[in-house]
Amino acid sequence: MSHEWDFSFLITYSGVLAKALGSTLKLAIVCLAAGMLLGCVFAVARTSRSSALRFVGAAYVELFRNLPAIVLLFWCFYTIPLLTGIGNDRFLTAAVAFSLYAGAYFTEIFRSGINAVDAGQWLAGRALGFTPFALFRDIILPQAVKNMMPAIANETIEVVKLTTVAATVAYPELVYTAKLLSDTEYRPVEAYTAVEGVLLLALLPLAVLLFRLERTMRRTN
Amino acid sequence: MVYEWQFGPVFRYLGLLWEGVLGTLALTGGALLLALPLGLMLALLRLGKLPVLARVAVFYIEFFRLSAAIVLLYWFYFAFPVLFNITLAPFHAALLAVGLQAAAFYAEVFRAGIQSVAAGQWEAARAIGMRRNQTLRWVILPQAIRNTLPILLARLVDLIKTSALAAVIAYPDVVYAAMRIASQTYRPIETFTVLGVGFFVVIFGLSQASRHLERSVAIAR
Amino acid sequence: MTPILTVTDLHKSFGSVEVLQGIDLSLARGETVVVLGGSGSGKSTLLRCINLLERPTRGIIEMDGQRIGQMNDGLMSYRESELARFRARIGMVFQQFNLFPHLSVRDNVSIGQRRVLGRDRKTADDRAIVQLKRVGLAEKVDAYPHQLSGGQQQRVAIARALAMDPAIMLFDEATSALDPELVGEVLTAMRALRDAGMTMLIVTHELGFAYHIADRIVFLDQGRIYEQGTPKEVLLAPRHPRTQDFMRGHTMFRLPEAASSSNAG
Repeated sequence: MSHEWDFSFLITYSGVLAKALGSTLKLAIVCLAAGMLLGCVFAVARTSRSSALRFVGAAYVELFRNLPAIVLLFWCFYTIPLLTGIGNDRFLTAAVAFSLYAGAYFTEIFRSGINAVDAGQWLAGRALGFTPFALFRDIILPQAVKNMMPAIANETIEVVKLTTVAATVAYPELVYTAKLLSDTEYRPVEAYTAVEGVLLLALLPLAVLLFRLERTMRRTN
Repeated sequence: MVYEWQFGPVFRYLGLLWEGVLGTLALTGGALLLALPLGLMLALLRLGKLPVLARVAVFYIEFFRLSAAIVLLYWFYFAFPVLFNITLAPFHAALLAVGLQAAAFYAEVFRAGIQSVAAGQWEAARAIGMRRNQTLRWVILPQAIRNTLPILLARLVDLIKTSALAAVIAYPDVVYAAMRIASQTYRPIETFTVLGVGFFVVIFGLSQASRHLERSVAIAR
Repeated sequence: MTPILTVTDLHKSFGSVEVLQGIDLSLARGETVVVLGGSGSGKSTLLRCINLLERPTRGIIEMDGQRIGQMNDGLMSYRESELARFRARIGMVFQQFNLFPHLSVRDNVSIGQRRVLGRDRKTADDRAIVQLKRVGLAEKVDAYPHQLSGGQQQRVAIARALAMDPAIMLFDEATSALDPELVGEVLTAMRALRDAGMTMLIVTHELGFAYHIADRIVFLDQGRIYEQGTPKEVLLAPRHPRTQDFMRGHTMFRLPEAASSSNAG
């Protein structure tokens, strides 16, 4: 291989890269939090007794799961300034688009996590005299959360990967920064290999956690 | 604040959009042609008797599953040619990035499918004297594929969503076409709405087909 | 002496299928009543209507002479808070145990006391130990359900229901899901309860057990009561043709006294 590897420019720009990593994490955390919140809201809607609410919940999930994230991002990029008067805020665009997208996935995770709790648990709780609220909080929810842990870990990985799409609207996360550096320094091999490496390293702990969670679920079933 | 929707200018560029659709189809089709056989091979290696090859397969699968598609796209388009001193058209770079990653996801689907075929099937085949390869070919794989058809379709949906990212390396797919139309017509909101609706119809249709299949598979069992 | 529980003209339909077609039943304090019947007879549904896990389509349930629910235009309506209080006074043991898998044995038995009856942790835990001693499982207090055998889990379920200090205990086929060698320990626990004076309504397939434990046996078929009486009457000398059919279908049931009862006539 005739290419001479030279990663030195990364050290020169390490400050910029650190900032970019921070931006990636900031976007990931915001989208995870907002996505889980939306997931709770719409999971409740989907399991409510009102068919209108159930429809709204289903429509939200179907809309945002059946669109590519990049299309959603571009659409938000042009619509958000119109709706809110806030122009050119890359973070806002990406946060809104990806929170809505992740929220649809979390809705389904929460919904199936609750449905997976054995029906007999509801019976036993009611027979003891639990009110629906206490039953949900003390009996159903703890079991549902245990069920959902692998799926939540998996979705967290997906959200981190999703933040890289924000590079397409010039949000200064890792990939966008790497591209800038690669273009300036004419070192695409090192730049993109480094980004791939950093992201894999960042996701590795999550992947290991996911593996362990899945193994525990298999054992207890 | 009222926005005046004008879809007229967008529809005048339908030809361009159609070329983009063809580009998306070419990329998706090509990626499938690469990913399906490669995925099957990886699954068989992973479940096979040779520990070295099995570990290679695992490494490949985990590497590509954790990687962000955009990073792979940039890497194959910018870094790969420099590294190996060749030129790579956007199509080939996109094909490699999307296809090699999809192979990893399909490998997991095939693996789960093969493992889901009841152990009794292997025993029955051995009892009538079939060898491992024969059993795989005639007894296990047909059942594995039928069991996992709905999930295979779901992964196809993921593949379509991922291939939409190829626009970032200037591959003339439908997203790239939309970007050009948006800049020519100065009507980005309408353009991306049309793009979004188009994607939604196709992807939603595929999801519904997958759900329908899931029900028929469940009935046939 | 007023009966502790009275059920009058109980009907329950699921859609177009009427599972209970007018049940009248009363339970005296300290009495043990066994409900027998084939599958589809409605015995589980009857139990679930009594503690209002299922809402009756028609009919009145009274506990200690007090009617549960409100009558509005011939339809019964129940308030959720009233139901919760009512259910705390009736204990239920299920075929599938339904222990809470994420809680230890101690917490399983104490959580109802804390959340429903409002007892503080120390009181609840102390009373949990008392009930667990009664069913012979005090040493398993820190174990988790999945570490216990089926028979042990069911005994914990009994302790869990008893910890609420119920006035009545309902048993819905409590031993049907157990391996045969584990049935005995659960029946022994139920017997001890009866000897301590608990009012019990039991649905079971174990005819031998029913014979020995019941004060009264009720035979249910297709949603109606066809015969009631002492175990000797219903099991050894059934009068109604349906009961006789049912007993004939249980030819494995043989009692030592069976030979002499045919002499007694």
